[in-house]
Amino acid sequence: MNLEEGLLKGDKKACARMISLLENDDKEAINIIKRLYKNTGNAYVIGITGPPGSGKSTLTDKLTKELRNEGKRVGIIAIDPTSPFSGGAILGDRIRMQDLALDKDIFIRSMGTRGFLGGMSQATWGAVKVLDIYGCDYIFIETVGVGQSEIDIVKIADTVLMVMVPNLGDDIQALKAGIMEIADVFAINKSDLGGADKTQLEIEMNLDLNEKSNYRPPVIKVSAVKKQGINMLLENILEHKEYLERTGELNKSRTVKNRNLIIKLVEEELMKIILDRTIKEDLDYLSKDVTDRAIDPYTARDRVIGGAISTGVKGYSFKK
Amino acid sequence: MVRPIRVLVAKPGLDGHDRGAKIIARALRDSGMEVIYTGLRQTPEQIVAAAVQEDVDVVAMSILSGAHNHLFPKVVNLLKAEGVDDVLIIGGGVIPKEDIPFLMESGVEAVFTPGTPTKDVVDYIYNNLKR
Repeated sequence: MNLEEGLLKGDKKACARMISLLENDDKEAINIIKRLYKNTGNAYVIGITGPPGSGKSTLTDKLTKELRNEGKRVGIIAIDPTSPFSGGAILGDRIRMQDLALDKDIFIRSMGTRGFLGGMSQATWGAVKVLDIYGCDYIFIETVGVGQSEIDIVKIADTVLMVMVPNLGDDIQALKAGIMEIADVFAINKSDLGGADKTQLEIEMNLDLNEKSNYRPPVIKVSAVKKQGINMLLENILEHKEYLERTGELNKSRTVKNRNLIIKLVEEELMKIILDRTIKEDLDYLSKDVTDRAIDPYTARDRVIGGAISTGVKGYSFKK
Repeated sequence: MVRPIRVLVAKPGLDGHDRGAKIIARALRDSGMEVIYTGLRQTPEQIVAAAVQEDVDVVAMSILSGAHNHLFPKVVNLLKAEGVDDVLIIGGGVIPKEDIPFLMESGVEAVFTPGTPTKDVVDYIYNNLKR
């Protein structure tokens, strides 16, 4: 199977294999993205984030069904944590999306974070581009369950949906910095269980304190399981999309995101080059030297970098 | 870079017993694999759709209802029909010894029955990957 042709034709196997290859940093897959990058830009990216168990997957399932009723093609990237100890992962978000599996215009992919912090995986960006080329109109990225500071989803999503649940904490939680600041739309899920009005009020009061802006994030009460408020939630997400498009903010914010992306890709590549050129034994000796206080960690850093690329600092080799 | 092995743990059929599947999923996780668990009562079509989209190396099915002779080969055939030929297909659950030769002939490459140490399953996967 030719991956490039397959992806352009909307072949699911080609799409799936491309995502795997990018996850593994495969050169050929990167070349394909280089060639097909001009075919991207059609998809609108919606990030779904919130605490573990708040109903992100179930809500994604319901929102996807709404979009399918409008005939849209939808991609879903569902991220779950990778074990820092074994490198393994249990990816269980599909359990809440069982009805979607057989729809030919829905593509669901589960990903492990593979050591990447911030609620996403390193290859999420690549997977988004693959799904964009594959022909998705909308792409949902469901982050791992987040706490207070995993905000990387803003670096990639056009609209960020924050899924909250009632009774998680008092109004101080709504006041805190971090994830509460990144939402374009708030959903209070499980609102059939009570306590939702208070949570809504706390979030609204906090939004009152924001600097004046033409856009104020709406706070919508929903129940994913009971299918209440889903329509209204989607309408509010699409209103944010429309706002970004009308004001030219969409392009502006995508340019900011691309700047961050370039820096991030440079960082990754430089790190790889430096580690590739660093002899493992050198690193072992340097580490021991730092433990023995023969040198300090900053000098060790300069020597590792100096050994790999030309910085004017003498490199380090125990063989010398 | 070492690529983690991706495994779909699937429960075809109508039984609601996934304790075994969860224990296997946990053992595979602890050996460094990415395990995609899709939940109970999956049709063969759903299992195959998930296997394709997730680009897995292994499809591991668990069944306790006795429908293995019907459902396991169906998944094998649907995968073939999709042109998926580099996936290792294994099964487990309460499966009578006399059914195992038929299942193996139908394309299930290994069958693990109750009492199998989880390490055996992990080792089998590591030694029999197709890509």
